[in-house]
Amino acid sequence: MKRGPAARIVLAIVFAALVISPLIIKQYASRRNEAKARLDVQTALARHGFYLQEVSHAAGVNFVHQGPTLDPRLDHIMPQVASMGASVSIVDFDRDGWPDIYVTNSKEGAKNALYHNMNDGTFEDVAEEMGIADVNRPGTGVSMSAVWGDYDNDGYEDLLLIKWGKPELFHNDAGHGFTRVTDQVGLPPWVNANTALWFDYDGDGLLDFFIGGYYNENVDLWHLSSTKMMPDSFEYAKNGGRKYLFHNLGNGKFEEVSAKVGIDSRRWALASAAADLRGTGHPDLFVANDYGVSELYFNDGHSFHDVGEQTGVGFAPKSGMNASFGDILNQGRYAVYVSNISEAGVLIQGNNLWMPKEGAGGDKLKFENLARDFGVEIGGWSFGAQFGDLNNDGTLDLYLTNGYVSLDHQRSYWYDFSKIAGGHSLIINDAKNWPAMEGRSLSGYQTKHVWLNDGSGKFVDVAQAVGVTDTYDGRAVALVDLWNRGVLDVVVANQRGPLLIYKNTVTPDNQWIEFDLEGTKSNRSAIGAQVTMFWNAQHQVQEVSGGSGFAAQNQRRLHFGLGKNPRVEKAVIRWPSGKTQTIDNPAPGQIHTIKEPS
Amino acid sequence: MSQPPVVSVAVPPAPQQAAWKRFLGPENRYLAPAFITCILLAGHLSFGILESYQKTGLAIVAALLTELALGRAFSGKWPNLASAYITGISVGILVRSPAFWPYVLCAVVSIMSKYVLRIKGRHIWNPSNFGISALLFLAPETVASLSIQWGNYLLPMVVIWCLGSVIIWRVRRFHITATYVICFVALAFLRSHITGSPWQSEIAPLTGPMYQLFIFFMITDPKTTVRSTFWQCVVVAVVAVVEMILRLSQVVYAPFYALFMVGPAAMLIEMWFSTRRTASKPVTA
Repeated sequence: MKRGPAARIVLAIVFAALVISPLIIKQYASRRNEAKARLDVQTALARHGFYLQEVSHAAGVNFVHQGPTLDPRLDHIMPQVASMGASVSIVDFDRDGWPDIYVTNSKEGAKNALYHNMNDGTFEDVAEEMGIADVNRPGTGVSMSAVWGDYDNDGYEDLLLIKWGKPELFHNDAGHGFTRVTDQVGLPPWVNANTALWFDYDGDGLLDFFIGGYYNENVDLWHLSSTKMMPDSFEYAKNGGRKYLFHNLGNGKFEEVSAKVGIDSRRWALASAAADLRGTGHPDLFVANDYGVSELYFNDGHSFHDVGEQTGVGFAPKSGMNASFGDILNQGRYAVYVSNISEAGVLIQGNNLWMPKEGAGGDKLKFENLARDFGVEIGGWSFGAQFGDLNNDGTLDLYLTNGYVSLDHQRSYWYDFSKIAGGHSLIINDAKNWPAMEGRSLSGYQTKHVWLNDGSGKFVDVAQAVGVTDTYDGRAVALVDLWNRGVLDVVVANQRGPLLIYKNTVTPDNQWIEFDLEGTKSNRSAIGAQVTMFWNAQHQVQEVSGGSGFAAQNQRRLHFGLGKNPRVEKAVIRWPSGKTQTIDNPAPGQIHTIKEPS
Repeated sequence: MSQPPVVSVAVPPAPQQAAWKRFLGPENRYLAPAFITCILLAGHLSFGILESYQKTGLAIVAALLTELALGRAFSGKWPNLASAYITGISVGILVRSPAFWPYVLCAVVSIMSKYVLRIKGRHIWNPSNFGISALLFLAPETVASLSIQWGNYLLPMVVIWCLGSVIIWRVRRFHITATYVICFVALAFLRSHITGSPWQSEIAPLTGPMYQLFIFFMITDPKTTVRSTFWQCVVVAVVAVVEMILRLSQVVYAPFYALFMVGPAAMLIEMWFSTRRTASKPVTA
């Protein structure tokens, strides 16, 4: 039965409607975005429950990150090769009860900074006098990230510094200074690493550490023996740096055991985080890789098993640049957030929010990517992200920074980048084949995202409304209650940009509680300790972390928002030693300092 | 990428032909679907090229259902689905989006374009070229196209090139692919000379899977290419030239847009000449 002209006209109308439907969707989305206009403090507080004000200068912090200058044969693409190194980690290095900030610099000869919290709203850089400033001397490489952990359980956090160069370990001498112990530990002579973390993988009460290589460790980026040092594929690269796992033997001795325990990868690691995802008491290890799939290693306390593909997180290759955990639905289970690249018209990878599937726990744990459903998918060229309850309403929100290379506003390198990214390994692998950037931007000047969790599976971006208006090339994000006020402030390290301190003002109606843990049988930093907070017939789990996000470490203290008029039931602490401790009716509005019972 | 490049070639089957020859023969309209399925499976099982099984499946099902519905409604009979299958699978491979809707929309619009955008009984756009170009142009914030390698190895690429060439040769459209590749390479050197970019970076896209699908399935579509062999070569050379102009303007999806512009124009010109020839012929009793 053939249709006549009328049917064809109807078909043509439907066809036209379908073709233009993306424009209608776009129009609708842009109207929604218009509602994200900047608000004044009072309106933001009333509407969203918090407001972030950038106060770095007022706090005496005028740190500006500087990037490295690598081998001249990389000059034509230097801005993108030398595009990392800004990192931030939080530590109370002198145990005065006030969090301090350590930031890395990446120019040869430039100094890192340790901002000591002066308890009066200001900070003072004491890195020089503490002996951890001058760590970027020519010939030793430059800093990429730093994480803190008390490896000898003396009560003071020690510093693991990773570089594109010689990694360093500094022992904290009771808060009065640092002693370089790199040589005693036997760290490798050169690692081009961008991620590291502390964790006690075998539960022996001594902190171990993981280092993830990015460029191959045989590459000296200042003296290239060959320009064939780029990834051999945009999404399947396996020519990156090796991974290291240093097992703490006690007495300041470590043994490198990565191969022995089953961590053997040459993907391009950019971020890592560890948490007990299965309730086994052992921290599992998540590694987000650039140019490839993510890796998830289940840890049985002695060995690691790569279950990335089996659990679903290691299936579709993207450009992983962040790994952070958060119990975003208050179910006592962690979601994993991995940031990737999205650039309209060129590459839409979308970020991943890996949610544990219902009914698939333990060794059968499986994840599904619900970033789109939850509204946290598109974040530009995304880098560091952290979960934290920014408005103390009882649900974890998400702060994401982004932006890759901001140079010429008007000219983009994306066309050339996409051209080479599609090339065969013989082409993409060789830096000399990459077109010159010539001052062009690559996903530069991007606006940030502060996603507010409504508790039922939807996040709304309120960045502009709550005062996050910067467009620097963001890298690392750390959340910390800088002034012990019961709110999470945000510290952001920007590549070739200033260190930003966003001071948080939260509506006083919403209450909070914090836990400062100290292990005795467990590692003294209590890294890996889990606190499950029960209130208002719900519960949320958080874990003390030895490094998460991208090149970042949050405060070790755990912060819970409780919302209005909370009926607090109990807090259950599971220490890394396996011991469980219950605190009934802990008082809100306080920092609870808790020592592991012996 | 809508039609197996065999449909328009009417060659009677040779009764004495070996089975492999029959399989690779121009009369086998399922050859192209089989080839593209092999590419998909090989690419995915070795390197996981797909966004997800669901998205590719969605594109294929949407294309097949649309073809069935429209074919039945407008031609009065159930259509052969080989062409729609290629369109669906092409959309499933080439479209990259975290969302599901672009896969459905692209597949549906691609198939519908065959029934709506017709002149003198012929559709003038390659269906998947139309659908993908429209989506890339209208929804860049949600949709991108496959633009990366399948794995790191030379062998899969060589196998696809060899197998694709054999099949295209058997169905007598190798000249189109060859002309395009020669033009692309020559123009890549010219672009390199003009822009100062390394020639390797200009050649690079050709080594990627997007181009493998483009040159084996899209530009060779018999339904949307002109009829004479010579003019097929000319048209595809013009596609390469327009693509170069777009590339010099830094248009990321230059090949899709070039074919989108040149393909229908060539078809219209051919129809115009054909009409003129018919009109100028003396009427005979």
